[in-house]
Amino acid sequence: MATLDSKIPSGPLADKWRKHKTDIKLVNPANKRKHHVVVVGAGLAGASSAASLADLGYQVTCIVFHDSPRRAHSIAAQGGINAAKNYQNDGDSVYRLFYDTIKGGDYRAREANVHRLAEVSVNIIDQCAALGVPFAREYGGLLANRSFGGAQVSRTFYARGQTGQQLLLGAYSSLSRCVGQGTVKLVTQNEMSDLVVVDGQAKGVITRDLVTGKLNRFAADAVILATGGYGNVFNLSTYARGSNVTASWRAYKRGACFANPCFTQIHPTCIPVSGDYQSKLTLMSESLRNDGRIWVPKNKADVKKAPADIAESDRDYFLERIYPSFGNLAPRDVASRAAKRMCDEGRGVGETGLGVYLDFAEAIQRYGKQAAARANLHDVSAAKVLELGEAAVAERYGNLFDIYKEITDESAYKQPMRIYPAVHYTMGGLWVDYNLMSNVPGLFVLGEANFSDHGANRLGASALMQGLADGFFVIPYTIGDYLAAQKPGSRPSADRAEFAAAEANVERLVKKLMAIKGKEPVAFYHKKLGKIMWNQCGMARTKEGLNQGIVDIQALKKDFWSNVNVPGSAENLNQALEKALRVADFIELGELMCRDALTREESCGGHFREEYQHADGECLRDDVNFAHVAAWEFQGEDKIPLRNIEPLNYETVKMSMRSYK
Amino acid sequence: MVAHLTSAKNLSVTLRVWRQPSTDEPGRFVDYAAKDLNPNMSFLEMLDVVNYGLEAKGEDPIAFAHDCREGICGTCSLVINGKPHGPHKGVATCQTYMRSFADGDVIVVEPFRAKPFPILKDLICNRSAFDAIQQAGGFITVRAGSACDANAIPVPKDGADLAMDAAQCIGCGACVAACKNASAMLFVSAKVGHLGLLPQGQAERDSRVLNMVAKMDELGFGNCTNQYECSAACPKLISQDFIARMNRDYIAASFRQAFKPKSNASSGGA
Repeated sequence: MATLDSKIPSGPLADKWRKHKTDIKLVNPANKRKHHVVVVGAGLAGASSAASLADLGYQVTCIVFHDSPRRAHSIAAQGGINAAKNYQNDGDSVYRLFYDTIKGGDYRAREANVHRLAEVSVNIIDQCAALGVPFAREYGGLLANRSFGGAQVSRTFYARGQTGQQLLLGAYSSLSRCVGQGTVKLVTQNEMSDLVVVDGQAKGVITRDLVTGKLNRFAADAVILATGGYGNVFNLSTYARGSNVTASWRAYKRGACFANPCFTQIHPTCIPVSGDYQSKLTLMSESLRNDGRIWVPKNKADVKKAPADIAESDRDYFLERIYPSFGNLAPRDVASRAAKRMCDEGRGVGETGLGVYLDFAEAIQRYGKQAAARANLHDVSAAKVLELGEAAVAERYGNLFDIYKEITDESAYKQPMRIYPAVHYTMGGLWVDYNLMSNVPGLFVLGEANFSDHGANRLGASALMQGLADGFFVIPYTIGDYLAAQKPGSRPSADRAEFAAAEANVERLVKKLMAIKGKEPVAFYHKKLGKIMWNQCGMARTKEGLNQGIVDIQALKKDFWSNVNVPGSAENLNQALEKALRVADFIELGELMCRDALTREESCGGHFREEYQHADGECLRDDVNFAHVAAWEFQGEDKIPLRNIEPLNYETVKMSMRSYK
Repeated sequence: MVAHLTSAKNLSVTLRVWRQPSTDEPGRFVDYAAKDLNPNMSFLEMLDVVNYGLEAKGEDPIAFAHDCREGICGTCSLVINGKPHGPHKGVATCQTYMRSFADGDVIVVEPFRAKPFPILKDLICNRSAFDAIQQAGGFITVRAGSACDANAIPVPKDGADLAMDAAQCIGCGACVAACKNASAMLFVSAKVGHLGLLPQGQAERDSRVLNMVAKMDELGFGNCTNQYECSAACPKLISQDFIARMNRDYIAASFRQAFKPKSNASSGGA
């Protein structure tokens, strides 16, 4: 049984991080040069940690499966990044960001981690502005803010609808500087295929070169995984097609616990599915809910009517009706479920009936009138107001409206968008302590790949915050605590038996897959897995469904390993093989997710068990029996994993019914 | 969860695809029939469907680069009917939909072609030369923890907006693929422009432009002859004006470099 010591510092919540930083062991500069850290991944967490550690003087190797570190999927985040700057003078504070995040996560995150996140959020904005991230500005040259779900203050910093891109390019520029200076060695197009554990500690990785098929060994004093989330287990999601769980899964099989795998975020505003060929779902940023109003027809009979033909009095602005104090800015899990309920009632719109409207008509009118007043125009025509209003909306959300147009061939200026929830983020991940170290000493996990900060639901604009917090401001301190205890120069050689065994393990897996030569392409299995996961472990889960899901996934796994067809050779660039290796891991992860959802007999955040709900359909949490982290421990192939528990002790906040009404 | 759109008629096309097993082996065009396609499919989803068929037959699927499929990661490439990122302005290949093509079309699909972008396989080329240019100077040096308060440096909105226009570059390489000289001027000038327009970027402004341009030349990218095909092919419509801006920066920096007084400062101390 794994030991799960969260290592949360003692003392008052607000002092924990400061105290920890002064208590933590340091590595002297001459010794830093002797330690080699391998960072896997170069998204926000990976790139920022690699650069920060290199600047501190460590030897760093950064490994990515992409052709360039700038491709990591952090790049696709649209809306923004939260920080408790209180530049708007609207009552924000570190405590309030902490509290919103804890509440937003439905009281399933660690208080100490979340408070630290809120504390360093202000440093992130400073750091990124200094790096040249072109944040939106007001006319006076100061930083602009907007609102996001689950908050009643404006604390979100943004760069048009491309905040993730700009932040990632900022982190990438730091990483590039280090590569140029020779302080980071960059290895591209290499997928981490195994973790090497020597004497119980993580001391290296095995990678597969995706161009040549060659297996490479990297020995390290510590390994950092910043490999992102696993939402592609659902096949259809807003993730990039390449996003995968393989690095985390390999670590899991080497002893790292996988925490709360069933905590999945379903984002309410995505473009609905249109066909079986579809490879990906596209997000429409949450920032749209600043101005867009979400509705469905009041009457089932109206669902096939053109939206313009449905009278105002026949529209149900259901988020405003059910959650009057947060309205359209209700958190993602709450908004998603509400949309699902409307569609389940038969009031969904669009060809499939799985859609709700996101309407900008009111915002266009409001902005149009404001713009006319600012320009001192009196008695303006309705057409002019419309023109000015559309221009104002375009300035805020133009690129999102363009994306919508490209995909649907419809103009959201002229008619409401149709949206539906889709898989977007995974709060679960490898278990880490307060130092972001897993239960395998020497293995650190950062960003979306770990489980620590978002509980059962993540608030919008908090993923970017966490990635950069972990990489720029947490790991540079906490990795020292581990490395200070490692004798400089004690790094095991890559020639050791453990490396050879791990490499042989990968080789065996590759050979096995190539040898099957069955009938079905890899995509066949990924689609099937996605359907099982969406139906049984998606927005609404039941005991029966989850049990069925486990049976179906086990059957799918068997079929995959006897009937998949991976053409080509393993000795060169082979995308079918890449996919097969990833889908093999997704299938196993899917089973673990169902198991986790099955054993968590409560509803919280993104995890909704139909058996546990209030009369109004809200989550019914069970704080007596489930106020804990479930950290699953691998017990061997085809054996049921062990469910370890880390109790969540709330010292400051009182766990209460989460209400946005 | 899935239902077919019934409103539009399906189409069939012939793909003429560049197949090349590896960098050192010769390539050739191979025709594939892509039948009964939903016009709402993206171009890459159409390739998925073709590959599904190939894989089911045990044939090597067409290798193509892709990832985010929403036009922001810069991984997808492809020259479609002679145009990088296909027929439409201001979008990447992944945002190109089959409704842009007609039933019966022959569609020629090639990789980005440029000497500094060697082909790895089929439609995938190696664009790491772009990373090398960034590493030469595409940054502002700030160690974590050393930044001042973000609002301590006001940035006028128009400058910030212009910087953002340049910063949108997704690093896809379409500008190079579109240029008859395989010039990387638009790519380099976007980064030089982005950082040079901000007050934070001034300290390293000269060294940045000199080092990035030197690296670009060293890697074998061609010169700019002001045809602006780069801008026309850019999925983010980055303006060629940034090239003019970079040329001014480069000349000014070269002069300053030539006449720069040399400091005697050394970093030693007590």
